[in-house]
Amino acid sequence: MTLNKKETLWLSGNEAIALGAWEAGVQVASGYPGTPSTEIMENLSTYADVYTEWAPNEKVGLEVAIGASFAGVRALATMKHVGMNVAADPLFTASYTGGRGGLVVLTADDPEMHSSQNEQDNRNYAFAAKLPMLEPSDPAEAKVMLLRAFELSEELDTPVLFRITTRIAHVKGVVQKSDRVATSDPSIEKMPGKFVMLPGPARVRRAVIEKRMQSLRELAETLDENRVEEGTVTRGFITSGTSYNYVKEAFPDAAVLKLGMVWPLPEQKIRDFAQKVDELIIVEELDPFLETHIKAMGIHCRGKELIPSQGELNSFIVRKSIDPDSVGQLFEPLDLPMRPPNMCAGCPHRGLFYCLSRMKDVFVSGDIGCYTLGFLPPLSAMDTCVCMGASVTIAHGMSKALGKEGEGKMVAVLGDSTFIHSGITGLINSVYNDSNSTVIIVDNRTTAMTGHQHNPASGCNIKGEAANAINFEELCRAVGVKRVVVVNPHDIDETRKVLKEEIARTETSVVISRAPCVLLPEEVRRKKPVYWTNLDNCTGCTACIRLGCPAISWNPITPGESVERGYKEKQKGYSMINEVQCNGCGQCAVLCKFDAITLKEDN
Amino acid sequence: MKQSGNILFSGVGGQGILLASELTAYAQLAAGFDVKKSEVHGMAQRGGSVVAHLKYGEKVYSPLIDPGTADIQVAFEEMEAARYLPYLHRDSAVVVNTQKILPPAVATGKASYPDNILDELRNRGINVVALDAFAVAREMGELRTANVVMVGAMSNFLAVTPQIFLDVIDQKVKEQFREVNKNAFQAGRDLVHA
Repeated sequence: MTLNKKETLWLSGNEAIALGAWEAGVQVASGYPGTPSTEIMENLSTYADVYTEWAPNEKVGLEVAIGASFAGVRALATMKHVGMNVAADPLFTASYTGGRGGLVVLTADDPEMHSSQNEQDNRNYAFAAKLPMLEPSDPAEAKVMLLRAFELSEELDTPVLFRITTRIAHVKGVVQKSDRVATSDPSIEKMPGKFVMLPGPARVRRAVIEKRMQSLRELAETLDENRVEEGTVTRGFITSGTSYNYVKEAFPDAAVLKLGMVWPLPEQKIRDFAQKVDELIIVEELDPFLETHIKAMGIHCRGKELIPSQGELNSFIVRKSIDPDSVGQLFEPLDLPMRPPNMCAGCPHRGLFYCLSRMKDVFVSGDIGCYTLGFLPPLSAMDTCVCMGASVTIAHGMSKALGKEGEGKMVAVLGDSTFIHSGITGLINSVYNDSNSTVIIVDNRTTAMTGHQHNPASGCNIKGEAANAINFEELCRAVGVKRVVVVNPHDIDETRKVLKEEIARTETSVVISRAPCVLLPEEVRRKKPVYWTNLDNCTGCTACIRLGCPAISWNPITPGESVERGYKEKQKGYSMINEVQCNGCGQCAVLCKFDAITLKEDN
Repeated sequence: MKQSGNILFSGVGGQGILLASELTAYAQLAAGFDVKKSEVHGMAQRGGSVVAHLKYGEKVYSPLIDPGTADIQVAFEEMEAARYLPYLHRDSAVVVNTQKILPPAVATGKASYPDNILDELRNRGINVVALDAFAVAREMGELRTANVVMVGAMSNFLAVTPQIFLDVIDQKVKEQFREVNKNAFQAGRDLVHA
């Protein structure tokens, strides 16, 4: 195998899907960043002849794609699994309308919650919204299957759900390149019976859905993507997605029915397969989705009584679950200090959370982003994290429940991109319903956690071209917030003062904590001051250590060593800045009361 | 030539595991293998413990290395060499960069960095090759080649010829950095006698 030929590529699943979307003639694509889906839109935005955009949230992204489909072109919406909850409203009714151009809705699920707040199984959406769902097993198949999804969407006039998981999205494999199919010309066509879902037309379309699902069930029987791989029949497997890979490695000789379309199911094909094998085992990650529906057909099989329903699978787990005696002894893990992710050295969020961590009575309702790491010690300054935008509304709900008791205590913290995603509606609610909570927008000028995507406040579009930028101060005042204060979170003294004042207020106030992410390319390029530890002055007070900055470390010493170093005998250690890691934010220098941390130039 | 194998890359988010695993993957592809590689993005990248799985063979299905089956581990940090012990077996080779990066609990004085952690691997019969990749990279005049030094050292445990790696560097690395990276690869390779 050689990669020198232009047509053979080494791509991640997300890169392969972007290529597949381009080859399938997609002309409009919209999405909101979310691990593990983000790189699909990022990569697609680099192709010619396809319009791509970052939407403020997944509902908007899907509606944009529906619009493009109504205009007669192929359209794609991408989102992570929890994003589909946000997009569920248009999704369920798009099932009624169908479209004109092919419409594919991609959900990237995250079993094991590598970078998510839950591990919901979005195959359940296919059942609930009465939509077909395709699920590939690796990057190469993902690319080919995406074209099939668009063909199915147009043949059967239905949105098609396309499910991947982390082990498709962020797996690299060998992928073959193809040509782009001919694209369609967009046009306006008024089709009220199909596009206007008032009760009358909707009742008509409801019946159409049933006919469509029947056609899909018939088609599933002969679909190439649902294939039987012959093998020994003492034990046969039905599987899909990345679980297929694990079955192939754990039981390489066994007969397998691989389902590329996981909804609706090919009932006859499953019956025939079940009859052929002595024992039928369903191997799937997360919910017993296939198992439940196969058992409902009256077919005897085993699934979740053997295979775990939590977390990711791998070949080892599959083998061990089915043949416990077939796996050998492993080395036991060592007891090592954990290494959780941490805010970067110089992260502006750290200054804000440091101030919050020093305010004893404050309850911090948090949100989704890098700043969720403010939960971890030593800052430990986040008390809730539920879903995008929920910081604002949960703080408001708690303050209403608590009444007088909650005054001066309830704080919401959310990022710039999260505020636009779904924080603004909560803020309108807080103003309208007279909340006494304080909303802190940690504005680092980017969508950082997913890898620095632009957003409606960053001033650039998905391609990095100049775009209209929302002004948060004006937006907050426009919805009726009377108190809007901007602070620089690196200035810890000022931030602490502002927080104290604003949190004490009995009206809704907004604090915009604004400083750019240190990982933004322009920040990485900027020449920054470097701070330095003058060890002679360090008293071991640990004020700087309480920031939890990865560039500052604590060095324990014995009483003997402390005397040797000229410290008081009881000094238990000293702190030191790693000058290579330091990004020069200066937060620690503000906290040091003994002149042990100073600017490099000063020394 | 060995017909299949599993290589685990481990380290701390931001250390550049990606480039090392990419070069290795390209070399195995050039040698005619099917290859799959699995990474985790997002929250895990913010200074946390990170791992990449690389599998090669005639046909690779699963992108994940099974516990107990990593033939080679390339660790960019000492404790991250030991964290994935259940993935190793008695004949595994572990190439480790002797750097210590303190995790938050250690940096804040709540826990201590374990002493002689590599002995935990050696005592189990695992072949541990410890090297100071930064010192070698500094000699090359480019600290950022530490990853490639590690790849060079690791390459001793693969059947793929060093020329294939050097060709991959020629194809994949920007012209101005090619020579220094090829030197770094060779220096890493010369450090180890597998």
